[in-house]
Amino acid sequence: MEAFREEMRRDDKVFHICGNLGPLAALVPEFGIERLRASPISEEAYVGAGLGAAGSGFRPIISPGMMTFAFTAMDQIVNQMAKIHYMFGGQAAFPLVFRASTGGGRSAAAQHSQSPHPMFMNLAGLKLVMPSNPYDAKGLMKSAIRDNNPVVFFEDQLLAALPDRCPVPEEEYLVPIGEADVKREGSDVTVVAISKMAPEALKAADELEAEGISLEVVDPRTLVPMDTPAIRRSVRKTGRVVIVDEACITGSAAAEISAQITEDLETFRALKSPPVRVCAPDVPIPYSPVMEQYCLPDKDNVIAGVRKALQ
Amino acid sequence: MTTDSGLLLDMYRKMVTIRTFDARAVEEFHEGNIPGVVHAYIGQEAVAVGVCSALRSTDRIASTHRGHGHNIAKGADINLMMAELFGRANGYCHGKGGSMHIADFSVGMLGANGIVGAGMPIATGAALAAKLEGGDGVAVAFFGDGASNEGAFHGSLNLASIWNLPVIFVCENNRWASSNSAAATLSVEDVSARAAGYNIPGLTVEGTDVLTVYEAAQEAVRQAREGGGPTLLECKTYRWRGHSESRGNPPDPRPVSEIELSQSHDPISVFIDLLMEQGVATREQLQQIDQEVAAAVESAIEFARSSPLPRPEDALTEVFAP
Repeated sequence: MEAFREEMRRDDKVFHICGNLGPLAALVPEFGIERLRASPISEEAYVGAGLGAAGSGFRPIISPGMMTFAFTAMDQIVNQMAKIHYMFGGQAAFPLVFRASTGGGRSAAAQHSQSPHPMFMNLAGLKLVMPSNPYDAKGLMKSAIRDNNPVVFFEDQLLAALPDRCPVPEEEYLVPIGEADVKREGSDVTVVAISKMAPEALKAADELEAEGISLEVVDPRTLVPMDTPAIRRSVRKTGRVVIVDEACITGSAAAEISAQITEDLETFRALKSPPVRVCAPDVPIPYSPVMEQYCLPDKDNVIAGVRKALQ
Repeated sequence: MTTDSGLLLDMYRKMVTIRTFDARAVEEFHEGNIPGVVHAYIGQEAVAVGVCSALRSTDRIASTHRGHGHNIAKGADINLMMAELFGRANGYCHGKGGSMHIADFSVGMLGANGIVGAGMPIATGAALAAKLEGGDGVAVAFFGDGASNEGAFHGSLNLASIWNLPVIFVCENNRWASSNSAAATLSVEDVSARAAGYNIPGLTVEGTDVLTVYEAAQEAVRQAREGGGPTLLECKTYRWRGHSESRGNPPDPRPVSEIELSQSHDPISVFIDLLMEQGVATREQLQQIDQEVAAAVESAIEFARSSPLPRPEDALTEVFAP
């Protein structure tokens, strides 16, 4: 919210188009409904309208709420947003933020518990940001708004609902897009953990510390562009890696990160055991809590993955 | 009717440029000099020219897969267009777009589009930008009868209506959505009837008469500039070529008699008669324009032919803006 307030004050070209204003309604008194536009539930139309406004000199922040609602806008995202700068030979910029929540864990069943970020990594032309805490979320959102490209900003729906777990400075700061962050230094196993999986990895690190196992937790923070050097650096240091991703395992971000690690000869040679992926199985996420918890990776899955890597 | 002979002759020149450009593009395609695909605009010239003549260069348009006519009518450079069709490094899109993705943002042309109906939300957004800018700019979305069956059409008209956006939705009803006849695929006789569902004005005009289109567009544009919101303007027209040029020449599903009947009502011939009747120009003066256009199009082909190909590794550039 602070990121929006600061950037809307800084640049009068920044405005919102949302399926539902939600907490953004708090900004209406200062900025007015022209810049906080509640749209009809016509995702294809308002996502495309945001893109058209971006190509006409504005910096819209487009939000369908949950990503699942915006699958009806996939033409505008896949065929237009991702390709429009390139297809036209780079003659115009389309600075926009496409903001949506993803992830499961609320017994919301298959349609409302998705982690579709790997699809977006494969589109070419979209930047992709997935913060794991409020500090990063603010700094990355400000960078995303200032970026001259379409930036997909996925916020885990449970992270967004959690009380603040880290201080968020009120003053201005940016977190650059494309830089991973070592959330915890360690020496035995690197855990690369995306979005909500980062706090799970940190919990696992606390628990394993008692056993004398030291985890280094690396949060990529942005998946496109990926900070591959930072991930490889950590893996070369520890020699073991567990990659935690809430997406279904096949074609997951974890799969890509695993490939980035192993195809680099120096990093490959430093590995003492094969990379371990901790992901959801290849099923739509089920409703009943017992089945959902079984599918979604958590601290215990991270610990099991670490033990596997240490074998 | 407008009596500005300069404007009328400019319209004529643009219509002939579109016809000549596409006729030559079709030939170059079948000679193997243009890769990919070409959707010729021949037969529909009066729509692009009639509408764009009512716009300023700062107004923005979004186009379709059949976009050459819109580009030329909005003032794009035919050398750079032809170079793009030839896949050359100095084409509009540096060889990355081709026929279906030509854009020229400097003249408010926000791009042709290979997806049916997809330009409509984008033009709606350009109109939103015009409104937020606070001036009196407008946007135009060109689309076909087939696109009026897309969700993008319905979402865009509703959005433009409730936000009172300065956008003109121009439906070029050429009676065939690819290989499906409008009669078999539309729930209404006139696409303009759908405007009622969105509480905006909708009208249907003879789309082969450039001045009829121009006057209807002028009125819709005036209304949009004055804050009166969107209009759905349907122009009944016909495309002379098949849906797209293709190497195998698949059969055209349209009845030959229908094609011949439409060609007997050529928008350019109709306009020539009118210009001579009104004393705006003599046949010789119009032929002089024809010759100038033909030379300009040949020169565009020569420009394209002699332009450099991109380096293969140029494929890796311009994915992201700086």
